[in-house]
Amino acid sequence: MKKTLIAGAIAAAAIFTGAASAQNITGAGATFPAPIYQKWFADYKAAHSSVQINYQAIGSGGGIKQLTDGTVDFGASDMPMTEKQVAEVKVKPLHFPTVLGGVVLTYNVPGVETGLQLSGDVVAGIFMGTIKKWNDPKIKLDNKKAALPDKDIVVVHRSDSSGTSFVFTDYLSNVSADWKSKVGANTAVQWPTGLGQKGSDGVAGMVKQTPNSIGYVELLYAVQNKMAFADLKNAAGKYVKATFESVTAAAAASKGLDKDLKGSIVNAPGAKSYPLSTYTWLLIPSKIDDAGKKAAITGFLKWALADGQKQAEGLSYAPLPAGVAKLALAQIAEIK
Amino acid sequence: MATPAADLRPKYKKALIGGDELAKAFTFLFAALILVVTVLLVLELWRTSSPAKEKFGFGFLTSQLWNPVTDEYGALPFIYGTVLTSFLALLIAVPLGVGAAIYLSELALPRVSNALTFLVELLAAVPSVIFGLLAIFTLVPAMRDYVQPALQKIFSFQPLAPFFDGPTFGVGYLTAGIILAVMTFPFIISVSREALMAVPREQREAALALGATKWESTWQIVLPYAKLGILGSVFLGLARALGETMAVTMVIGNSEAIHQSIISPGYTIAAVIANNFAEASGKMFTSALVELGLVLFALTMLINGFAQLMIVLTTKKGAAKS
Repeated sequence: MKKTLIAGAIAAAAIFTGAASAQNITGAGATFPAPIYQKWFADYKAAHSSVQINYQAIGSGGGIKQLTDGTVDFGASDMPMTEKQVAEVKVKPLHFPTVLGGVVLTYNVPGVETGLQLSGDVVAGIFMGTIKKWNDPKIKLDNKKAALPDKDIVVVHRSDSSGTSFVFTDYLSNVSADWKSKVGANTAVQWPTGLGQKGSDGVAGMVKQTPNSIGYVELLYAVQNKMAFADLKNAAGKYVKATFESVTAAAAASKGLDKDLKGSIVNAPGAKSYPLSTYTWLLIPSKIDDAGKKAAITGFLKWALADGQKQAEGLSYAPLPAGVAKLALAQIAEIK
Repeated sequence: MATPAADLRPKYKKALIGGDELAKAFTFLFAALILVVTVLLVLELWRTSSPAKEKFGFGFLTSQLWNPVTDEYGALPFIYGTVLTSFLALLIAVPLGVGAAIYLSELALPRVSNALTFLVELLAAVPSVIFGLLAIFTLVPAMRDYVQPALQKIFSFQPLAPFFDGPTFGVGYLTAGIILAVMTFPFIISVSREALMAVPREQREAALALGATKWESTWQIVLPYAKLGILGSVFLGLARALGETMAVTMVIGNSEAIHQSIISPGYTIAAVIANNFAEASGKMFTSALVELGLVLFALTMLINGFAQLMIVLTTKKGAAKS
């Protein structure tokens, strides 16, 4: 009953706000790409005044849920939908990768203002609670010159379910067998140690004001807030700083996406690849009955995957590798 | 047989014009509406949580597992956190609140009492997120740098040491308890003060006439007379503490495990729902969260009902004797 009410309210709102000829499209999902999506929707409306796309940044899980319930026209997620989730949706959704982003480990260690280097198993150890102090020999191995204090590590993680947590735990499952068997990868997991904080701002705030702490946030968020973040050792054994180039390099070097354009690019090979990188996806139903809506959505996708990509870097995202953009453009034809 | 109807009609008409029946019908409707909303709420919680209830049964209440990856859920760490933080809050808020209420109703000059009561009511109206923000920026660093290390030093002896063990994060059960105390004590003050004011004047006068001092009359006569009302205020405060969400989730540390130490991070029912509901992936996760809501609902209903009963009892007693 509640769902129908919400759907009704959205429909009513759409009718109420829509001008006679305007095409109103509603989407919901990931918060991480929300800034560029908002820009895209605004720019697209400026060029095509009849298309009004409304996007609610409620989180990846929320986007998938609303798409499944049929209360939005499209969803958005940082985590590709599982087979089980796809099966629950009436109309099979298509995955369209839109941009790339990275997740970084931000830290606040008095005495180590910049230049902290971490390898995958050390990060896993810290978040498992097996590495408890900053002067642990394993951390020292990665940072021979740094003056690491003899202090307890304060681990900060997300307390809400989040696509960022999925990318991070997916990476840890990839680099640590221990993490994979004991914790696993999901938007929310049973954290073995540490403090939970809500949202990227919650994690960032906690790390900023707690000495000897470490947490993870989106690269974009760390850059905008001028936070220190660690270089990560990639699969090729090189310490790599998270930049938009190293994220793109990871996408280019990874084994690529599957035929549904899903896939993880964490711990990608290649000397320049940043190991904690991810795609983010728009989830579009493969069958759209309303011809006007279908035209508007496909029109927008064609624009976003070509011209829209040029805006990515200005907004601190990495554009899609050319090959992936081509595959995504070709997939638009599958929307019936 | 025809006559009664004919007789009744003008009577009803008169009542309707007078408004009595109309007023009764409308107010009944409003009262019933509240009941209907509550019943629907419980039904919806019950229905949506049924997958979790079927899968976990009563084990849900005693399991410490909370694993969204394997879809296994247990409520115990959250029930524990909710009860512990509320208990700590009351431990701090009750002496403070009742003490303040005694001052306001018995000892303070009327002008001072009125001004302070107004301020207390203002405090009760501050949104909880504001308390949470204040706590993050002032209370948490103070707890981390001063209070928690000091507590560890003071309680470094057995058997109390394990309760103050561990790294000092600043956040945790105790910090949440303190912020809850600040939030509940305006309620305790207001309601306790009302209860104390409801004590008949003759009671005080009689005590004073028998030679009691002002404090003796307050402590031995007025306070026992109002004790049920004060108890009611405590339960109201407890109900608020149990359900408080935003401020708690900002300072409790959100750790899904039971820790013996009261300075370590924990979690409450309301906080875990607020954190996870919007993005909960999968039916079982959502269902488990809803079942947590049901548990919290049962807990607060129980306590609220008890408090209402207490208050009704005291006001009746006061009214009968004055």
